[in-house]
Amino acid sequence: MEEGKESSWEPKIVTFLCNWCSYAGADLAGVSRIQYPPNTRTIRVPCSGRVNPLYILRALQNGADGVLVSGCHPGDCHYLSGNFSARRKFAIFSQLLEHIGIEKGRVQFSWVSAAEANRFAEVISEVTEDVRKLGPAKRMVKKRVE
Amino acid sequence: MENLSKAIKEAARKLFAEGKVDLIIGFEEGSLPLRATPCFARNAQEAEKLIWNSGCNNNLAVYVPQKKGRIGIVAKGCDSRSLVGHLKEKQIERENLVIIGVPCQGMVDRKLLEKKLGNKELLSIEERPEEIVLKGDGFEETVKKIELLPDNCKTCKHKTPVIYDILIGEKVEEEKEADEFEKIKEFEAKTSDERWDYFSDEIKKCIRCYACRNACPLCYCKECCVDSSQPQWFGKSIELSDSQVFHLMRAFHTTGRCVDCGACVRACPMEVDLRFLNKKIEKEVRGLFSFEAGINPDEPPPLATFKPDDPEEFIK
Repeated sequence: MEEGKESSWEPKIVTFLCNWCSYAGADLAGVSRIQYPPNTRTIRVPCSGRVNPLYILRALQNGADGVLVSGCHPGDCHYLSGNFSARRKFAIFSQLLEHIGIEKGRVQFSWVSAAEANRFAEVISEVTEDVRKLGPAKRMVKKRVE
Repeated sequence: MENLSKAIKEAARKLFAEGKVDLIIGFEEGSLPLRATPCFARNAQEAEKLIWNSGCNNNLAVYVPQKKGRIGIVAKGCDSRSLVGHLKEKQIERENLVIIGVPCQGMVDRKLLEKKLGNKELLSIEERPEEIVLKGDGFEETVKKIELLPDNCKTCKHKTPVIYDILIGEKVEEEKEADEFEKIKEFEAKTSDERWDYFSDEIKKCIRCYACRNACPLCYCKECCVDSSQPQWFGKSIELSDSQVFHLMRAFHTTGRCVDCGACVRACPMEVDLRFLNKKIEKEVRGLFSFEAGINPDEPPPLATFKPDDPEEFIK
C-alpha cells in the first residue's frame, strides 16, 4: 500500500446472503432507512448451505478484504436443514482458514432473520470495523485477476 | 513375512477355486527391493505372484471404484478403513467385496529409506521382527524399522483391519499412547504470520501434477472439479494463490473421510507437507462431531448429517 492511500482505503466485503432471511433482512434495513456502512457487496444465494467454501476463497483471491456468509437462524431454514449443513461445513472450514494463517475476522458467519433489520445493520458495522482493523487483505490475493 | 505371503496366495487360490471373486487386488514384487507394486490377479495362476512385505505401502482401495465384478482385495488397516468409506459412499456393494485383511506393522517410507541410504544402491533386504537388514554392493546395515516409518504409521491406531472376511496372520497390538495430533497442536501454537509463511512455503513447492489427488482413494469422481474448464472453478496458473486454493479444497473434500493412509504424501514428488492440512481437519472433525472416519459403514458421514445443537461459537 502506497503512502497517502492508506487513509482513503475502505474495506471491500463480499456478503453471501440467503434469499429467505438475511437478504430479506437487508431489504428491510433498506426500506426502514437504517444506516449501515456501504462497504458490502451483496451476493444473493438460495441458502447459506449453497455457499461452497470455494466461493469464499475465490472472493479472497479476487480482492475482497473480508467475506461474510449469513443465513437463517437454526430452525428457520426455508429448506429445513440447509443452514444446519452449512453450520457443520463452516465450523470445519473456518478452523482450516485460521490454521493456514488467514487472520481471524477476515471471514465471518452470522444468522440474521428477515425481521432483524437492526441486527443486519449491526452485523455489517461490526464486520466492517473488524476488517478495517485488519487492513487490506494481502493473503490469498491473486496478483493477476481474471 | 514369508508366511504371510504364502497365506495370501493360499487364500487367493481358494477364492478363485470356489469362484467367489473375479479379480484379486494385491501386491507383487516390484523391480526394486521394498518397492512392491499393485497386482491385479484374474485367475489362480496370476495370484501366485501375490506377496507381502514392508514395502506394500500403496492404498489399494483406490482401485476399487474403477473395477467391475466381485473383487477380492488384500487390505492392511488403512486400506480397510478406506474400504469402509467406499461402502459408506456406495462405491461398492459389500457382497461384491471379499476383504483379505492383513494386520500391518507399518510400511517403510521410500523417501526416508533413500535418505538413509544416501548414494548407496539397495540390492536386497531381509526382514526381521522390528528390524530390516539393508544389503547392497559392499555394505550390510541393520536398521530399526521404526526409523523408516512415516509419521502416519508411527501413530497408527488401526493396524489390524477394521473389517475383513479372511484374516491373514495374527492380530497385532494397537498403539494407544501415541498422540497422532501432536504436530498439529505444536503448529497451532504458532502465530498467524508463522502459519501463513509455513503454508505458503510448502505450497510454493507444488507443481500441480495432481498426483496427490490421483493416489487418494477418496478422489473417485469421474470428472474432478479441478479439471473442469466450464465452469472453471480453479485457477490453472502457477501462481501461489491458485495452488493454495487447490490444496485447501483438496483437503476440504476429505473432511470426515480421510483415514490418514498417507497416499497423498507418498505420491507427492515435491515433498509438500499435505498431511498438515488433512490432519488438522481430522482433528476438528474428531473434536466437534466426535467422528472418526473409516470405522463404521453404517454411521453417516459428518458433513452429510447434523445435530440441532452442533457447535456454533464461530457464528455471530
